[in-house]
Amino acid sequence: MDLLSLPFMQRALIAAVVTGLAAPAVGTYLVQRRLALMGDGLGHVAVTGVALGLVTGIAPTWTAVVVAVVGAVVLELIRERGHTNGDVALALLFYGGLAGGVLLTGIGGQSAARLQQFLFGSITTVSVADVIAVMVLAAVVVVICVGLSPQLFAVAQDQDFARVAGLRVRGYNMLIAVLAAVSVTVAMRTVGLLLVSALMVVPVATAQQVTRSFRTTLAAAMLLGTVASLGGLLIAAFPPGDVRIAPGPTIVLLALAGFALTWPLGAWLRHRHRLETPFAPGVNVDHELAGEHPHDHGDDCGHVAVRHGDHLDYVHDGHRHARHDEHYDEH
Amino acid sequence: MTTPAVPPPISLEDGAVALAGRPVLRGVDLTVHSGDFLALMGANGSGKSTLVRALTGLLPLTRGRLELFGTPIREFAQWRRLGFVPQRAGAASGVPASVWEVVASGRLTHRRLLRPLSRADRAAIDEAIEVVGLQDKTRDGVSQLSGGQQQRALIARALAGQPDLFFLDEPTAGVDLPNQVALAASLGRLKERGATVVLVAHELGPLAPLVDRSVVMRDGRVAHDGAALADHAVHQAGFGDVHEHHCDEPARPRRRDHLPDVTSPLDQPLDRRGRR
Repeated sequence: MDLLSLPFMQRALIAAVVTGLAAPAVGTYLVQRRLALMGDGLGHVAVTGVALGLVTGIAPTWTAVVVAVVGAVVLELIRERGHTNGDVALALLFYGGLAGGVLLTGIGGQSAARLQQFLFGSITTVSVADVIAVMVLAAVVVVICVGLSPQLFAVAQDQDFARVAGLRVRGYNMLIAVLAAVSVTVAMRTVGLLLVSALMVVPVATAQQVTRSFRTTLAAAMLLGTVASLGGLLIAAFPPGDVRIAPGPTIVLLALAGFALTWPLGAWLRHRHRLETPFAPGVNVDHELAGEHPHDHGDDCGHVAVRHGDHLDYVHDGHRHARHDEHYDEH
Repeated sequence: MTTPAVPPPISLEDGAVALAGRPVLRGVDLTVHSGDFLALMGANGSGKSTLVRALTGLLPLTRGRLELFGTPIREFAQWRRLGFVPQRAGAASGVPASVWEVVASGRLTHRRLLRPLSRADRAAIDEAIEVVGLQDKTRDGVSQLSGGQQQRALIARALAGQPDLFFLDEPTAGVDLPNQVALAASLGRLKERGATVVLVAHELGPLAPLVDRSVVMRDGRVAHDGAALADHAVHQAGFGDVHEHHCDEPARPRRRDHLPDVTSPLDQPLDRRGRR
């Protein structure tokens, strides 16, 4: 555990924590607006930004922020004026970003390995200046996502309603796009640009397996993101055996493992909810007896009890049985 | 009629709206007075939803003058006086949201940035939920509600802002009869409070007794403006109260074009309501 006392490891841990908080915070709004893959696209665009930094000698964090924000604004404009999803237009921009990045790296004489540190994350490359930049950017993202959550929620939920409520819908849409671009840059040190979208989306998908409200989804996604980010980084730092792995894949796989564990629970909860949805109240025309019924239904008899008007129906074997004096009725 | 001292909630003169360059509404004059319960009726594609979207400022007028509460729409800023229930399939989105949260978002017109909900805000939200009768569903996710209950949640969202003027776009579409009755009861309470209501409806159903003025749209123009009409009268040429069956032929063939939606990524889509 000596590794944890090393300065570069501590910087990586800080970067992992703030990434885990910021990425799912923006991701929740992206998922709400059904733009789950937007983070992925901005990650691709940011590759060009990183390459620009590597070629010119400017810190890649800042060139990546600038290029990703420009990309986000362009995407938002295309989305606003173009097709409902504009997914083809987005794809054009994404692949342009990735190809441009790889080309620029080649022209600048940088090795592919240098670029790969940004594509899949790297523990050792986080400098002091980087960690400060990442903390500031992540703080901005989290403060806006949580502080403006009533407005951002309303805009993402129903744009027409938000506009008639006097909200500047366009500005808020742009804000989300820019925040997504910023959190992509925040996450590139730990998860890497190609996998950043997973940290924005997977914790949200995991959280909403069990949540029913927006605020709990947001909070749970941020918590899950932090756990996955920190856990994945530690796994990458202490790999079993003598291998070197980038933290990006371990973080994403850990987040996916969380989803895989939660999904059955969510499926069971939804199934349970469907079973227990009350039957529409109504008067049974016929008074039909359930016939031989040796079993006595009760609170913990094991059969699903469903509310039906003023009483409970016990559901078993395709029948709905309601207690009536000393016998059961078919409902 | 004498000029009222208080400007009417809605005053539209010679309004015209074009969607993607095609004139949809032409020459629409409409004044809605305080306390009116107005039903905007007409066949599909007659422009009734377009008119409401223009009245709420969602669609720009290509001609004419629109004033809300005496203020031209361009300068209008008293959004808290408006309540809007958009036409839509449901209230669900990509992330779960509870009924309370959806209704609470209707209170945004009264909230300033970065301020927590005040006690008055919470009271208004609770009251709005109570008016539509969803008290026992407050913590449930909206996507788990039935279509009619979702529609009531959206009405509660508009109510939470305590507006003076309501726009409801097809609130009864796809809602079963018991839920329509519940909805009518909620709107009845609004009417008792003296709210001004503009309701777009294909059919009024249980809402009919509440309506005291009908405006019928045909092909983008106002074809009737006056006393409340029964559902079957709307589609008759003379709006007479002839007791014919509702299933007679529509007064006009449908005029809506079928524009094939083959656009390149950067093209403007030709949505029938002009949405992007």
